[in-house]
Order: sequence, then structure tokens, then C-alpha cells
Amino acid sequence: MFTACATFVLIIAGALVTSNDAGLSVPDWPTTFGSIYKMPHMVGGVEWEHGHRMVAEFVGLLTIILAIWTWRTEGRRWMRILGVAALGTVIAQGILGGMTVLFYLPPAVSSTHAALAQTFFCITVVIALFTGRRRIEEQPRVEFDTRRPSLVTLTWLSIFVLYVQLILGAMFRHRGLGWWPHVVHAAVVTVVLSWTAIRALSQYSRIEAVRKPAITMLSLMMAQLCLGFTAFLTRVAWGHNAVQPELPMVISTVAHVAVGALLLATAVVLAIQVWRHVPVAFEERIPTREQNPVAA
Amino acid sequence: MNKTWLAMLGLLALVGLALLASCSKKTGEEQSSSPTSESKPPAASTPIDPATAATVSGTVKLDGTPPKPAKIDMSQDAACKGDNTSENVVAKDGDLANVFVYVKEGLGNRNFDVPKDSVVIDQKGCRYHPHVLAVIAGQNVEIKNDDPTTHNIHPTPKDNREWNESQPPNAAPIQKSFAREEIMLPVKCNQHPWMKMYISVVKSPFHAVTGPDGKYEIKGLPPGDYTLAFVHEKLGEQDQKVTLAPKDSKTVDTTFKAGGM
Repeated sequence: MFTACATFVLIIAGALVTSNDAGLSVPDWPTTFGSIYKMPHMVGGVEWEHGHRMVAEFVGLLTIILAIWTWRTEGRRWMRILGVAALGTVIAQGILGGMTVLFYLPPAVSSTHAALAQTFFCITVVIALFTGRRRIEEQPRVEFDTRRPSLVTLTWLSIFVLYVQLILGAMFRHRGLGWWPHVVHAAVVTVVLSWTAIRALSQYSRIEAVRKPAITMLSLMMAQLCLGFTAFLTRVAWGHNAVQPELPMVISTVAHVAVGALLLATAVVLAIQVWRHVPVAFEERIPTREQNPVAA
Repeated sequence: MNKTWLAMLGLLALVGLALLASCSKKTGEEQSSSPTSESKPPAASTPIDPATAATVSGTVKLDGTPPKPAKIDMSQDAACKGDNTSENVVAKDGDLANVFVYVKEGLGNRNFDVPKDSVVIDQKGCRYHPHVLAVIAGQNVEIKNDDPTTHNIHPTPKDNREWNESQPPNAAPIQKSFAREEIMLPVKCNQHPWMKMYISVVKSPFHAVTGPDGKYEIKGLPPGDYTLAFVHEKLGEQDQKVTLAPKDSKTVDTTFKAGGM
């Protein structure tokens, strides 16, 4: 949980770098102005860029501890693999961050760096969820889902559309695409997430583990739409001729990135809880005689 | 077996980091290389008869009310002190400054010597001086830092090589050159995001930048038919045709519309 929180702070720190146009204020990597350990003068863009690097190093250290701890103490094999995957992801993420500096922010690399950051955040949230005392100790309340598409399918679809939206947003932010694909796809995300949350709340609100993330997802989606609109106004409509990043555009875009990360993680949590508490009933697989013994 | 895999993963990560570190060092070495490292051997210049050389001059005007200059917030670095008005559009009494004027067409295949003198960019008061600079391809550009803070100089060209170097206070000037023609190549400082300037890299010495009075002058042109281009960072480009007879001195004025922003 602590690693997940630190990762969330790291995502905000990264968003501050991009929003303050400070991505190349430290021109070298993995050194900073030629030194590994020497603290630079923290002014201007250096404050954001080097601050991001310091938080990233801390998260990297936490992830190493998490991976070793999971490997040594966790009985579930897939959890041990997930711990190693988290470590692999954070290493790849660090290398991508370095590549953005060395190759002057190529849109494809910077966008991948942004998308992988939220993927790593979701991995840490999943580890926190599966290692939580409550999940290990609880007896899950289960209700079978007979409707189609199933709620499990809808939650996976929600994750998919959110991830596409994340990539489109990152590409726009890093000048690899225009704004309209991100804005148009926001409508698709709204429809899919509303459908998923309404289905979950209308049919399975009795299950707390499903109800809470569904309400959170719906609330975050509405907040995200407002933040996206504000970010569009401050950066695209009003701020395109700004001589420097202005506070309203920095706040709105950073908040948009942060809430986007929370929204994706919430969708992942909802999918996991639905998978556990609302499994799909495969009625078609049950032989007719067993469904209707009287007729037999 | 598991420990072996972990050790291999760690080793792989370390090798990756070392490789990237060496890449970074190499990039730095390339950036500080000789200013003429990209240049091809210069072709012999085509002579111009000074007895027939002509001059073209004029004034660039702005039609309409210029936008109020935005105030720059320099508070993120206490060492940045000085004029804090933006330089996007600098116009006074209708005279437009910082317009790059050059002979776009009409010089044919003439070659020109690359001047031995450097052109200078000075970073002072957390601004670039000048805001618009013209340089001949291959000519040395000397970049100084007169501020008590570190800057980085980061040209973002389309046709030339991109580089990004930091320059601490009292550091030796950075020497660079640009190999290919490119008009209004943006240069910025990522440490101070308001710091922006434009470099125009051209082949011929027939160019000028308008001063605060909107005036420009291009001397020493051989007689002929030319297209003059007037380029502004926000207002775009306007072209004008001009025919110059031997020893001619012609005036070519142009006007940008303020509504074009």
C-alpha cells in the first residue's frame, strides 16, 4: 500500500515535469549535471525534473524491497511473479525516463513512459489488494451473473477503454497526436464506465466489495470529465499563446493525470472484485436434465 | 534456480544502465564537438562586383493594435531579474521589430563564404539577446551566459541536429554551428520556460532583422530579380518581389495584420 501511495506521488511529480515544460532541464541521464549523488541547485525546471528523479529512485528502492519481500514470504506463486513483474516494470520505466532525456522527448517514448507509469501504479494497487488482511481473511459473498454481457466483461471493457484513453491522452500531451482523438474517445469511456457502474450498482449493490469501487469509479469519472474540460480550456483554448506554463494550466493538467491514474486503478480493483464476487454463470454448459429434473 | 533468475535480472538491469550511461556520455561528447564537424568543405564563393551592388531597405509595419505584452513570472529563480515582458510581438507606433528579412529566391546557385567571425547569443536577465538571430550555415555561434544562474540551451530544429546543453554561471562560451538552412529555428531554455529565441540559418549574407523602429537594410546585392521574405515568429511569412538594377537602392516595405495572431 505504501509503494502504491509513493507511486501515486511519483505520477504527480512526473505530471508536474511535463506541465512545467521541464522535461529537459537536466540534460543528462542517469547522472544529473554530471553527478550521481550531488544535489543540483533546485531552481526553475531543475526543481521539477530532479524532484521527479528523486521520488522515482525512492519508488525504485521500495519496489526492490517489495519484490524481495514478496518472493521470500508469499506462498502464492503468481504473487511472487507479480512482485518480480513490478520490479521489471519499474526498471523499464526508469530506462524509458532516461531515453526521453537522451533523445529529447520523442513522443512515442514519452507517451510509453506515461502509460507504463500508470500500469506500474495498477500493479502496486493489485499487490496491495491481494496482500491486504481483509481480502485474505474474508469469506466472499458470491452472486452468479446471468446477464449478457456479463459484469466481468464490462469491467474488462472499462479497463481497455481507459487504457486506450490513457495512451491517447499521453500522445496528445507529448505532441504525438492532436487533441480530438482524446476528446472523442472520452465519450466512449463515459458510456462504457457508466454502463459498468450502473450495472454493478443496480444489481450487486448489496456486495460492499463491488459497490464501493463502482461508486468511486463513477465519482472519479465525473471529476475527470470536469478536469479534462478545464485542462482543455486552460491549455488548448486559452493557453496556446502563453509565454510560459501558467498555474491554472499546470494545476488542471496535473489533476487530470492524477485522477486518471486513480480511475484506471479503481477500474482494475472493480474488475478483480467482480471476478471474485460476481462470477459468470455458464448456464449453457449445464446439461438440460440437471436444469430440469422433473422433465426427465 | 529462482535466485539465479533474480541475479540474472539484476545483472541485465545493471548492464542496461551502464549502456545508457555510456550513450549519455557519448551524446555529450558529440554536442561539444567542433562547431564545423557537420559542415561539408566550403565551395568557392561566387564573386560580386561591388561597383554594381545594390541595396534594398524598408520598414515593416503592424496594422492594428498589437497584443498587450504578457508579463513573465520569473519568481521560480531568484537570480532572474530584469525586463519581464514577453517578446512575442514587439511593436511601437506601428513599427514591428524582430522580423527576419532575407532573399528567399533569385540568388541562383551562387556560393558564399562562411564568415570567420562568430555571431553571439547572450543570456542576460534570463532572456536571450538577441531574440531573433541570423547566421550563415556553418558559421560559428558563440553562446554566453551572463546570468548568475544555470541555463540550458536547447534548439529544437526540423532540419538540423538537436542538442541540449547546460551552461552554469561564469562557464566558458559554448561554440556551435548549424549545417543546414532553416528559418526561425526555435531555441529554448527548459530551466526557464519563458526563455525563447529564434535562429534563422541561411546560405547567403543577404539578410537582416528589423530593429525596434521596424527598419531593415540589405546591402551588396548583385543586380537581379529577387523574392524577399519577411518572417515573424507569430505573424508568419510575407513575400515581396523586387527587381534591382546595378547600383540600385530600393525601398520595400511590408505590413503585417495584427489580427493574424
